[in-house]
Amino acid sequence: MESYALLVAATLNAGTVLALAALGLLINEKAGVLNLGAEGMMLCAAIAGFAAVIHTGNDWIGFAAGMGAGALLAAIFGGLVIWLGTNQYATGLALSLFGVGFSAFAGIGYVQEKLPERASHAIPWLTDIPLLGPAFFRQHPLVYVTIALVLGLIWFLYKSRPGLVLRSVGESPESAHALGYPVRRIRLLAVVVGGALCGLSGAYISVVYTPLWVEGMVAGKGWIALALTTFATWRPARVLLGAYLFGGVTMLQFHLQGAGVDMPSQLLTALPYVATIVVLALISRNPTWIRINMPASLGKPFHPGS
Amino acid sequence: MLKLEARPQASRLWTYASPVLALVLTVVLGVILFIALGKDPVRALQMFFWEPIKSGYALGELMVKATPLLLIALGLAVCFRSNVWNIGAEGQFVIGAVCAGGVAMLAGKDTGRWVVLAIVAAGVLGGMLWSGLTALLRDRFNASEILVSLMLVYVADMVLSYLVYGPWKDPAGYNFPQTKTFEAVTQIPRLMSGSRVSVGLLMALAAAGALWVFLFRTRAGFAQQVGGLAPDAARYAGFSSRKALWVALLTSGGAAGLAGALEVAGPIGQLTPYVPAGYGFAAIIVAFVGRLHPAGMVLSAVLMSMFYIGGELAQSRLGLPKSITGVFQGLLLFCLLACDTLVAYRLRWVSSQSSAKEGKV
Repeated sequence: MESYALLVAATLNAGTVLALAALGLLINEKAGVLNLGAEGMMLCAAIAGFAAVIHTGNDWIGFAAGMGAGALLAAIFGGLVIWLGTNQYATGLALSLFGVGFSAFAGIGYVQEKLPERASHAIPWLTDIPLLGPAFFRQHPLVYVTIALVLGLIWFLYKSRPGLVLRSVGESPESAHALGYPVRRIRLLAVVVGGALCGLSGAYISVVYTPLWVEGMVAGKGWIALALTTFATWRPARVLLGAYLFGGVTMLQFHLQGAGVDMPSQLLTALPYVATIVVLALISRNPTWIRINMPASLGKPFHPGS
Repeated sequence: MLKLEARPQASRLWTYASPVLALVLTVVLGVILFIALGKDPVRALQMFFWEPIKSGYALGELMVKATPLLLIALGLAVCFRSNVWNIGAEGQFVIGAVCAGGVAMLAGKDTGRWVVLAIVAAGVLGGMLWSGLTALLRDRFNASEILVSLMLVYVADMVLSYLVYGPWKDPAGYNFPQTKTFEAVTQIPRLMSGSRVSVGLLMALAAAGALWVFLFRTRAGFAQQVGGLAPDAARYAGFSSRKALWVALLTSGGAAGLAGALEVAGPIGQLTPYVPAGYGFAAIIVAFVGRLHPAGMVLSAVLMSMFYIGGELAQSRLGLPKSITGVFQGLLLFCLLACDTLVAYRLRWVSSQSSAKEGKV
């Protein structure tokens, strides 16, 4: 039983990585911008965060560095697609390719580095509850922050006025513009915030999830996070649920390997990617369902006055 | 303040000038980077732009790397022109290499030269199979081809890894994760002695010519692209978007698979976990920098090949990490996209009063 509790704990941990990035992308997409550069932003943030922790010894400075790196790259991306009207797919792709190269380049000196031993994050009293303790109450604080973020985002998007404006910018930028809202600035803000969250996710990977630096260590999680926003039909609570589900799939491979299941390790490693394809196909099957839920101007450029 | 003003028509001049300007910008950024790293920028630029062309042998090596880049980019151009976003050419390349390698492993001492044809065919079919999966999921399930094709890259890497660590591992290979070295008979014929350039280069150039004819001189090629430019017009004209999807993905998968076959039965000569060299991703940049035009892509494939060779030389001679290649590739695409703004817009200097009068947004 104890091992199942640990599996749940690991699932929440892995799910948090995906959830943070996917929530960031959700904010982007709610404003009508599709950023295919998630993988690149996460990689750059992972090395920025890791390097910051190596030099300062403080995890939170690492997270801040990751968020900064993500936000900076997102701002470049946003400037290009929102003001210069470049193709969102191509620009996002450029960001991903650049991020893969740049992070490998910047991280070359950190490959052998090890992070200092860190304190455990067990919550007093609660951690001693049998099963529930190890499953839920020995997590990194960011795991709980992510859950709070989801609740906050639900309130923001569906109950607050700025959230309504954000959604209107994604659904109908022309109307939002006609009402006097600065569509392009709102979009840029959404892109930068989204980039910061992707960055936080990237830093979480290199500082907490697998505390080391390896070239390409994000290993497609940025792309899975992009798929997650579609799975979740652009709803924050479903993003979190989906992220935990995929975290579970990722952890299942280690669990099965540990349990001595006789399967090639490559098959297990490929599992999250195959699962993404299968779920994507199942969810996308119904085009109407997607069309109703997708922000109407997603991926389309907006030029005021045209 | 500077203001972007829409041109009445796309500028022909900037269509061609933009990639050149992007290259200049990339070089400028590169020089800044080299200076920041304390390296002699002149020497570094020599590694990238002079060393790869200074001798016959170097030129040959340049072509060896340009061949797969060009082949893959040609296929991707068909995709991008028809608004199909296949970004998983790397996976199609790997599966092409795996299938070609599987055939090559069967060859023995007394196999005839015909085996090369079988290897090439296996590579093409392998690549088509892999991209066909993406086409099927897009066609039948409406799944985003961007995400599916990319996820399949990771799956393809795992297929390769499984085979070279498992059933295909060379029993006499000291437990290294690699297949046996293929028989000499499987080698793609080389064009001349003293250089590794193979008939693959001629195939890539012929493919570029064939693509030009297809895109600009046939009705099918026209129908293929209308869907990308104006989906409504294509529907009105009765051009099938499903057909365009399948043609685009199978062509690019086949081209990437061919490139994979030429690599394993050419310069590499066996299957190892290092078969995926990022050509599938770099080819995306080749395609865009070459304006999705066959002639342009020939030039940009050579340029991208220079980046690869320059990166390797910068590693061995200047002690810079090889991954600098990826940085420059990414920068080049970024710069190109930014410069492309000048194709549709012109920059105008507007005084702040007049822009206030127009109603600034």
